[in-house]
Amino acid sequence: MKFGVLVFPGSNCDADCFNTIEQIGQPVRYVWHKETSLRGLDCVVVPGGFSFGDYLRCGAIAKQSPIMEEVRRFAAAGRPVIGICNGFQILTEAGLLPGALISNQSLQFVCKNQYLRVSNTRSPFTHLFRNGEVVEMPVAHHDGNYVADPGTLKELEDEGQIVFQYCDAEGRLTPESNPNGSVNNIAGIINRSRNVLGMMPHPDRCADALLGNTVGRKVFEGVLSKVGI
Amino acid sequence: MRVRVFVNLKEGVLDPQGKAIQHSLASLGFDEVSEVRVGKVITLDLEGEREQAEERVKRMCEQLLANTVIESYRYEFE
Repeated sequence: MKFGVLVFPGSNCDADCFNTIEQIGQPVRYVWHKETSLRGLDCVVVPGGFSFGDYLRCGAIAKQSPIMEEVRRFAAAGRPVIGICNGFQILTEAGLLPGALISNQSLQFVCKNQYLRVSNTRSPFTHLFRNGEVVEMPVAHHDGNYVADPGTLKELEDEGQIVFQYCDAEGRLTPESNPNGSVNNIAGIINRSRNVLGMMPHPDRCADALLGNTVGRKVFEGVLSKVGI
Repeated sequence: MRVRVFVNLKEGVLDPQGKAIQHSLASLGFDEVSEVRVGKVITLDLEGEREQAEERVKRMCEQLLANTVIESYRYEFE
């Protein structure tokens, strides 16, 4: 399965994603944001970073890049798209995922290991986890505060689109374990068709055994075995 | 011709920056301030006719300058 990792000016986790995909033994290539074709690719990763310096709003400029038109078509065809951190922000700005990400409630950049609860395993990205499993992944962001209007939120809940939530070591969704103020402790969501994932935590930064945690690989490996759950 | 675009978080969307400013004002003794909302002003210099400009500025706001999921916008021609 061939992966593509998008690269915008200011992307800085593209190499982490590239490395993660190599770790799971899959072919991968970088896709510059001015390219206009994703031909030959089976999964697209929109990596973290500060595309276009986060000017105007995080992801607002990146969503206009030529490759994004193709990403929309790719997603509409049911193919898997993974957006991590700034990638999540870009996907919400592009309208591929509902809601938006605003400044952390603390107004601080938060950079730490964070417990997450896997709240729905019915997706290509989460089916290798156990339902309710508590995992630890790094977070590193200033604008990770997920917001959505009540109607959208209800739909996310009803459709099982909330896949990762911030929690404590026991899996409790407490305000104290919420690093950014996200509504319902939301850390990651999927679209209704379940082929587009957006998440603020970094599975790409916990995929190499050298770093002592490889749980992030599962997000990528999931796509290999069960495309289109 | 010059147009100013005002972009603000919608009512109901928490504004952490506004909250911080409100607390800071209160600590300076300005405790009559019950809410602060922070927005941005984007100034555009445009060529062409006013009539067409209005329609195009609206499209600029919808497509780029504001994220209408969380923000509202208005604009004023000078």
